[in-house]
Order: sequence, then C-alpha cells, then structure tokens
Amino acid sequence: MCRLALKTANEAFSPYEVLQGMEAMQEGYDGSGLGLLLRGLDFDDFKYDSKYPVLSGIAHTEESWHRLNSFMENRGFELKYDHEFETRPELIEATDRYRYFIRAYKMPESMSTKPSDEIESELMLTRLALRKDGEEHGNDLTVFSFWPDVATIKEVGWPLEIGNALTLSDNRIKSRVCMAQGRQNTNYGINLYACHPFFIQGIATMTNGENTAFVPIRDWLLGKHFPGYTGYQSDSETFTHILHYTLKQLKLPLQAYKHIITPLRGEELARHPQGEFLAGLRDSCRRLIIDGPNAVIGTLPDETCMLVMDQKKLRPATVGGRPGAWAIASEMCGVDAMVPDRDPSLDFQPMREHTIIVPPERKELTIWSQHDPYPLDQAA
Amino acid sequence: MVSARSVSIGPGSLSYTDLPWIIQHREDRCTLCGHCTAVCPKEAIYLAYRRQRMPKLDVLKKKRGNEYRTFVGIRQKNNMANACIGCSMCSMVCPNEAIQPVPNTNEHRTLFFNNQKGEPMKRGGRRNKVGPTLLDRIMFNRISMLTDPALDAGRHEFNVTTTLGRTLDPAEFLKRTREGGWIPPTREIFPFVIGSMSFGALSPNMWLGLLQGVAYCNEVLGIPVVMCTGEGGCPPWILKSPYLKYIVLQIASGYFGWDEIIRAIPDMQCDPAAIEIKYGQGAKPGDGGLLMWFKVSKLIARLRGVPEGVDLPSPPVHQTLYSIEESVMKMIQTLSTAFGHKVPVYPKISASTSAKSVLNNLVRNPYASALLIDGIDGGTGAAYNVSMDATGHPIASNVRECYLDLVAQGKQNEIPIFAAGGIGKNGNVTQNGMALIMLGASGVHIGKYIMQAAAGCLGNERNRCNVCNVGICPKGITSQNPKLYRRLDPDVVAERVADVFMSIRTEMKKVMAPLGRSQSLPVGMSDALGIGDKAAADRLNIKYVC
Repeated sequence: MCRLALKTANEAFSPYEVLQGMEAMQEGYDGSGLGLLLRGLDFDDFKYDSKYPVLSGIAHTEESWHRLNSFMENRGFELKYDHEFETRPELIEATDRYRYFIRAYKMPESMSTKPSDEIESELMLTRLALRKDGEEHGNDLTVFSFWPDVATIKEVGWPLEIGNALTLSDNRIKSRVCMAQGRQNTNYGINLYACHPFFIQGIATMTNGENTAFVPIRDWLLGKHFPGYTGYQSDSETFTHILHYTLKQLKLPLQAYKHIITPLRGEELARHPQGEFLAGLRDSCRRLIIDGPNAVIGTLPDETCMLVMDQKKLRPATVGGRPGAWAIASEMCGVDAMVPDRDPSLDFQPMREHTIIVPPERKELTIWSQHDPYPLDQAA
Repeated sequence: MVSARSVSIGPGSLSYTDLPWIIQHREDRCTLCGHCTAVCPKEAIYLAYRRQRMPKLDVLKKKRGNEYRTFVGIRQKNNMANACIGCSMCSMVCPNEAIQPVPNTNEHRTLFFNNQKGEPMKRGGRRNKVGPTLLDRIMFNRISMLTDPALDAGRHEFNVTTTLGRTLDPAEFLKRTREGGWIPPTREIFPFVIGSMSFGALSPNMWLGLLQGVAYCNEVLGIPVVMCTGEGGCPPWILKSPYLKYIVLQIASGYFGWDEIIRAIPDMQCDPAAIEIKYGQGAKPGDGGLLMWFKVSKLIARLRGVPEGVDLPSPPVHQTLYSIEESVMKMIQTLSTAFGHKVPVYPKISASTSAKSVLNNLVRNPYASALLIDGIDGGTGAAYNVSMDATGHPIASNVRECYLDLVAQGKQNEIPIFAAGGIGKNGNVTQNGMALIMLGASGVHIGKYIMQAAAGCLGNERNRCNVCNVGICPKGITSQNPKLYRRLDPDVVAERVADVFMSIRTEMKKVMAPLGRSQSLPVGMSDALGIGDKAAADRLNIKYVC
C-alpha cells in the first residue's frame, strides 16, 4: 500500500516538512519511490513570476541535457531560471542521473496573443514531445510536468533519503501546496513515470490502492484520442486523466468527479434531487467508474486541494488542520507531523460519499456529500 | 448359413443396436402397467406378446419335443420414425425401475438414414457438440492479492447490473441536457437475459412460468431480469399489464404478432424493456424461423393472426430489405418512433465474420440501442441439422473483435454488445457469461440453459430428445398440446427461474470479488482472463496461461 501526504498552507513551506510527514507513516510503504509535486512556488534565489511555466524532470545523460536545451530554444521558450539542487548522489540508488531540473521559462512571444486553451495545449504538447524524445533515446530524458507554478520531483528510493539527496531541507525551494507519495509499485515495473503524483494540464492526483478497473478505463481514455491521455505506466494515472476529463473537457464542477468515478446506486439516485441527471451522467461515463479501493488526493491550478474515497472505503485517509494550513494524509500520524498545531478532534475521515475540498483561501474545509444537491446550474 | 427369406431386409433396415438409444428392459421387474409405452413421445416402444420355444428332450423315453412359453414384454421399434430419442420418460414413469434408454456407444447407422422422404434431418435443440467450450476453458486469474485484498462476496455491496440502450458520449449528453435534447432511453438490467423463445415455440405453461419467475426476480428479489418474447407476439393480457416492462418484444421477418402489439400500444400501462429486431439467429444463420403446423394451436393462431394448423415459416430476411443499411436504419427508427423514442431498439444478428460491419453501421445510427450477436452454439426450436451443426460463427472471438473495434473508435460505452449462443451449454452459465462480459459484452442472453435449468428440458449435446420442432416435448416445454404442457407446473418453473437467477447473482459476486470488482460490471476487463490455449489467447487478446 502506498502512503500519501499533502500539505497546503498560506505561507510557503519546505517540501521537507511533507517528507517528514511521510516518514511518520513509514510502516506503510516499501521505499520503492517518491513523487513530490509543488504548487505555488517560492524560490530562495529567484523572484518567480507565476506566469512562467516550469519544466521538471531528470536528464539522465549530458547529451540529453543538451538536446533538452536546444529543443526548448527551438520551440521559442526562453530560460528564466534554472534551479540547481545541491545533490548528494551517494544517497540515490540510480546511477544514471546527470541532472535533476526545475527550470522556469518565458513563453514564446508568439503565444502571448493566443487563447488560454491553446497555450495549455502547447505546454502539454511540449512536455509530451520531450518525453517522447527521451523514450526514443533509451529513456535518457524524463519529464514530469511543464506548467506555470508547478514543480515535480520523482525518484526511486526511500522518500526522506531522496529529500536528503536533493537537500530539500535547505529552504531554497518552497511551495504553498506540496503533494508526496511513497510508492509501492507491486503491479507494474519500477519506472519513474509510474510514480505518483500524475500531472496533466495543471491537474495532479495521487492515489493509494489499486485500480482494479484499470484496463477498461484506460481503453476508454485512449479512445478519446486526446494527446495527453497516454502513458499509463501506473493504473492510478487514469484517476488524474478522469479528473482532467471532468474539469477541462466536460467543464463540470469538481463535485462531478465523485459522481463519475463512484456514482450513487440506482436506489440512491432515485432519492437524489438531481437523480435523473446524475443517472444519465453515470451511464454516459460508465467506463470511468473506478473500482477501488482507492483514496484519490488531488490539486488544481487555483491551489484547491481535494480528497475523495472510493465506494468501498477500504483505503484510509484523514484530513485535518487549521485556517491557513491543512494536511491530508493516509494516516493520522502523517497529519500530526505536517500540521501539529491544530485541534485533532476536528480531523475528518471521509466516508464513501464524501469529497473533501480545501479551497484556495484555506479558511475551512468543504465536506461535500454525493447525496447533497449537485450544483446543476453549472452542468446543465 | 441359410437364407432368411422370411425376414425383410432393405437398405434402410435397422436393428435396435443401430439406433442412437437402446431401450434396456428388465422383464423380471416389469409389472406390465403400460405407463412407459403410453408416455413415450416417439411411440418407440410397444407392449408385445412373445412366444418362446422350450426344447424338451426326454432321454428315458427317447423322445424329443417342444413346449412353448408365452410372455409379455416391452420391445423397441427400429424404424427411423420411432427411433428412441433417449428422453427417459419411460424410466421416469416406471414404478419398478424396469426400463431405461442407454446411449449406443457404437457408431449408429441412423446418421445415414435420417433424411427420409427426400427431406434432410430437421430437429430442434442445439449444435450437438460435446466437451468443454472455449468459454468453459477461460479462467479469471487477475486475483487481488497483496496490494488490495480480494473482496468478500458475501458482505460487500455489489452492483451487478448493466445498461441496455444507447449511451451518449459524455460531452454530447451534457449538451443535450443543457439544450433539452433527446436522451436515448436506457434500462438498467441484470446482465443475464432470458433469450428470445417465442410464445409458440414454448408452451403456454412454460411462458407463464418464465414470466412469473421474471416478475418475482424483479419485484421481490430485486434482480432486474428481462426476457425476450422471440418472434410470435405476446399475449394481450401481458401487453396491457405492468409486467410488460420486463419483456423485450421481438420483431422478426415474419412479423408475427405485431398487429396485436401495435394495436395494444394505446392501452399499455408501461413501456416494454426493449424491442429486438431479429435479423439472424446463431443456431441457423441465414435461415428463417419455422413454427411447424403441429404447434400452431388455436391460441397461437390467434396471437399470430394466422389460420390454425399451418406451417409458419419466417423468411430468412426481412422482405422490406433492399438496401440493408437503409432498411435497418429505417426499421430501427420506425420502431423507436412507434414507442415514442422511449424504448431501446436493437438488432439481433447471427455471429458472423461480417458482424463488425453491422456494428459500425449501428454506431452511426442514433436510434440503435445495442447489438445482440448470437453464436453458433445457440439453440433453436426447429432447423435443418446441417444449419445447426455447421453454419455459423463461435461467439467469443466475434464479440471480442467487435468490442475491440469499438474500443479503437472510443465508442465502447455507446453501443452495448450483448452475446448469446452456448452460454451455460455445459452448465457453467455464470462462468461463461462473465467470460464474455470481460471479453467486452455488456450482457448475455441465455435460452437453452433456462429451459434446462428452469423447466427440466431433457435435450443435451448427444442429441438426446431435441424434438422441440414437432410438438411432442415430453416435458411440455415446447409443445402446444395441452396433454403435454399440463405436465409442466408454471409455479414450479417460476420457482426455478428465481433459483437460477439468485444463484447466478451469487456466482457473479464470487467471480467479481477476487478480482476486486464490485462497483460496476467488469465489461472489457480482459486483463482478468487467461486460457491455456496459445492460439485462442492470441485471437482473443488475453493471457496465455499454463
């Protein structure tokens, strides 16, 4: 089973805090990998403009590093900042790590007049092109995300060790939102791209548990022929893409995600005020029903954080915090480690029908139940 | 050797050891009650007096002589018309266990004489192919073990229903919802459907029993089972009853019974579950239906709007067809319109190498709700032997390639594929059905299995019984003769229907739970399937296991 930790706070904090939260839950994972996603970036040595897209990944060879540079130049992206990690390679299991990179770029001038969906598409296609380039060269280049205000780090190994290897405790990079997952990848091969959180066009999720309905969901998403619906080294990547599909393609509110991945049963829908619409939504999105057990934790471009449970509620997740700082973790000890100065009696463990939403202002949690009226005016 | 002039021997002369079934009769136990001869549907046995010479030699008197003993016994007729069909009704009624048919393990010669009077062999039943089917050999092998333990089939909540009806792409659904457009009708049904068996092919008692059982499943057990009428209409009292919602009305090339149905539309209390347009049948593809005159009783004649006691052949194709695509589209649209676009309308075709082109035609038809593909192992009430045995396409690979074709187009959720033909042929109904579901079917239709399990149909793959075509069904399942169908108690059939569907539901959970699935039917979950046959695994795109 994986362990998940997310912290969101008004004041940017070091990702190392979240790694310490992960360490508190250390019995729950096998140290086969770490994924970190930072949103709301704050660099010690650079005044970051949150409009600049940030490219995150690993160049495994010097050659790929040069290829990356020339690719980005040719595509018209101007390098504004290149975060240099103080690395301690001896703490990393893998030996083919030439350079971990988090680099901010200025968008090409030609894009400045384009509508936002074209810009978003260009960012995604750039990431995919770089990924493809790496795959065509013996996987010598791995790219995790390319998006404004988002940085991603993934590595194989014990989470805290990786934090130490990249000296994440030095406060040189901080963020207002940080997601972390300690991965145990039992079903599929150990692969950097199989590491959570998964990212597509500003949307990121991470999951514990197994997606038993993976193949039918993957087949359906591939059938959409959307360039970003690719990869699937992990069964959990489908959760990210379903969230993307819900929000970006169907343009539905966040509450719809729960209704799509775990629709209410027929008799529950019959009692629901918008039951007819929701039954239609269930039917048309039937192939996206996840069959858990999973807890899905996600973040959106506006720094909204969310947590949903699968229908069986067989995976643990707790949310707790105080105005201004909230934590979501697989275990209570993880929440304790990330936001110790809270009232633990107000911690909440969502049940099968719940979606927990931490809005960007971080004042209080929204505990939304599927049985609540659905915000229909936005959908239909 | 001497000549046997007194014995008439012709090319077609058979001894009883040439017949497929041999009657074993124990004279020492026979009470001569005559029940067996009375019940035999083929009149294959008769009671006869026999004389036995008892040679008598008196050694002391040096005289030879004879005595004669007479006895009464059961004898088997050895002509084709009266050949035993192995139904065992004789042993069922024998008070003394004195009689039973046994299969002839020798190669029997009736195979060469079953074409009498210039007519090839016709029969009802099945393909008569023994042994495990391909579906029987499929294993569910993606067991949730370490990361996620398997579920508890007894305690977790399971959602085992499926959607019958066209579903829109999510974006289109939302657009139509916003704009108040037409949302195609769907039904949430149990994925095991009682396949099309007509009121005519089945006896009134069988039909009543099935319907009672289906209503009980829906209204008491909460299992949303639906059943299909087959061609031949539907009794008016059902058309105007609230039970119509459990009925799929079939229209086929003879259009039998549709006058009554159309006239009943204004009086219907609810919509039917769906309309099935039969274009083909797996057991006899490219062949029409045939209700032989024996079975066209007064009631059947009334329902179908035809004279009594005449053969009712349905043509192989719908006579309105000129351009198939256009006609199929129009027929689907017409029927959808007739029911106010509130009832799913779908075609049933024989499994065929051309099934994909039909499917792609339907994908582009906004009124088409599903596609039912019927494979070669399907059953029928009457067909030529050669059609049943040798014509058609197995269901598994046909469904699989159609499903994968939809997947490539991203349309697999829009047009559900239903599969039929041999599901539960060897009794493994849930296993067969779930294998097809994981290969990509949204549900399956079962006919023969229901007849066997719910009504005790005696037919099997060794050509036992299989006389559905001539109205002499010894169990009263496929006969219109009241003397026969009174043998079948509809209440008991209903009870068995409920037993069957409760068992299938439990077995479905037992299949789904180890796979970690409970919230939705695992349609297309091919990663859970394995088979110990490399060629089949490659063809079906599933794992080869050994």
